[in-house]
Amino acid sequence: MPLLQVENLTKTFGGLTAVADVSFTMQRGEILGLIGPNGAGKTTVFNLITGIYRPDRGRIEFNGRNIVGLKPHSIARLGIARTFQTLRLFPTMTVLENVMSGQHCRTKAGVVASLLRTTAQCAEEEKTVAVADRCLDLVRLTEVRNELAENLPYGRQRLLEIARALATAPQLLILDEPASGLNEGESLELRMLIEQIRQSGVTILLIEHDMKVVMGVSDRVIVLENGSVICAGTPAAVQSDQRVIEAYLGKEED
Amino acid sequence: MKERLRNIRNRHHWWPLVLLGAGWFCVPLFANSYWTDVANFFGIYMLLGLSLNIIVGYAGMFNLGHAAFYAVGAYTTAIINTRFGIPLLVLMPIAALTAAGFAALITRPVLHLRGDYLCIVTIGFGEIVRIALINNPFGLTGGPNGVLGIDRPALFGFTFYQPGHFFYLIWVIVILVMFGMRRLENSRLGRAWNYVREDELAAEAMGIDATNMKLLAFILGAGLAGIAGTLYAGKMTVIAPESFGFWESVVMFAIVVLGGPGSIPGVVVGTFGMFVLPEIFRGFSSARMLVFGAAMMLMMIFRPQGLWPSQRVLRVRQAEGLESQGSAAGRPA
Repeated sequence: MPLLQVENLTKTFGGLTAVADVSFTMQRGEILGLIGPNGAGKTTVFNLITGIYRPDRGRIEFNGRNIVGLKPHSIARLGIARTFQTLRLFPTMTVLENVMSGQHCRTKAGVVASLLRTTAQCAEEEKTVAVADRCLDLVRLTEVRNELAENLPYGRQRLLEIARALATAPQLLILDEPASGLNEGESLELRMLIEQIRQSGVTILLIEHDMKVVMGVSDRVIVLENGSVICAGTPAAVQSDQRVIEAYLGKEED
Repeated sequence: MKERLRNIRNRHHWWPLVLLGAGWFCVPLFANSYWTDVANFFGIYMLLGLSLNIIVGYAGMFNLGHAAFYAVGAYTTAIINTRFGIPLLVLMPIAALTAAGFAALITRPVLHLRGDYLCIVTIGFGEIVRIALINNPFGLTGGPNGVLGIDRPALFGFTFYQPGHFFYLIWVIVILVMFGMRRLENSRLGRAWNYVREDELAAEAMGIDATNMKLLAFILGAGLAGIAGTLYAGKMTVIAPESFGFWESVVMFAIVVLGGPGSIPGVVVGTFGMFVLPEIFRGFSSARMLVFGAAMMLMMIFRPQGLWPSQRVLRVRQAEGLESQGSAAGRPA
């Protein structure tokens, strides 16, 4: 059974069709790149999968379960975590607290347990900090764990978003342009990080404009244009596909 | 790991607080009954401030109708006590549950509203409750005259009737509530409220049910306001709708904002500023609104984060301060 199966996904905003009949599947453990020119509907696909928008038509199955219509927090609980194209951290909270948010849906202490500080609640808190520290360690932000998120430089904020998403213990990680705004060195580190995350058993769906990153890490690439899939295949196959070249560079006049 | 957790939790030294508390509990031994009563209402307003702090401070929702929950608690206590003679301290949890249930019922449909819009709706709730009380529904609330002849609270045959008695009843509850709040704000629930306040969409994407957390904030806040209502009813023995008007909601809101949203010491300072200071300067009461207005304006300009902001906000300010110092130092001369 594929981890994620998207079938005939369609979403229109008013008269504009943002996503038209998009279908793809993802196998466990693979890295799938989603590329396309600006406005091709990539982020809309992400928002549909994570429940921020509701599709007009189509099915999204995660682990064989239809997740269309579920709220974003339920989808996160099922094991899909995401980062945002425009950073959405909790700016006035510390780096550690930001990452601890991921464990909220994996713990369950209620009001009474929190007031009485029961043994179970204490154990949960310890686990939350431990998981958060492990995620921070993975993205090498341990040294700034007590800084405020908003005081981090841009590249580190991007890494923090990835750590926060990983703290929800996801099966599928959705990265929305993680390399945007990163310099050469940082995006090289990002590629290694993505590879490392995959090796830990997380499946990754990636939107990226940086072709070095997306072609370097993806097992397969899907190209969207005007809301439709125009090409899918290995990075090498996609790069030599005529339609893709046209979509990006325009048609050659003769 | 345990070590690290302990460090997070025990970064405060408790003994100055314990000393301060012990000193405070000696106040009724020296103060006359007038000032003891001022201290009593200080305590009741602190409970109201702490309860509103959950909604406004932790979860970041504007609520300018908090007096409605206070009123529901007070009237529940008054009506059941005068009709069935059930003792007040037994009614306290019932008043809390009624106020909490009422909050759950009326706020659930409006939780998706944000900022000013939610604020306007809560003003509406406050007014609806006040006017409903005046209209004497089912002959329960006694109309504009309110409910008379409420019993004094009693515990194991001891009746609280002197201001000094009430002082201990109220302040033991206040201390317990402050203690509980401290634990709550350092739990996963406290953090979740902050996440929702900071960025609701991101919180949802992290698996936090924002609607549920907001509802929980209203339920807990209202329940606590209901407890304050029981104490008020027992203290006054007479309650009337005029005690639960819009102005009360404004005072509670100002307590939280003045002290620093999300900060427990802020509520203490805010209540002192909003309630005790006006009592001390009662002689100048004709100028009260003038001073109040001027103070609010000065606060907005010079200290928008509140008098005693929560540690988190404080850290932000410090960090900003350091940053500007750093850039000033780094500038070539």
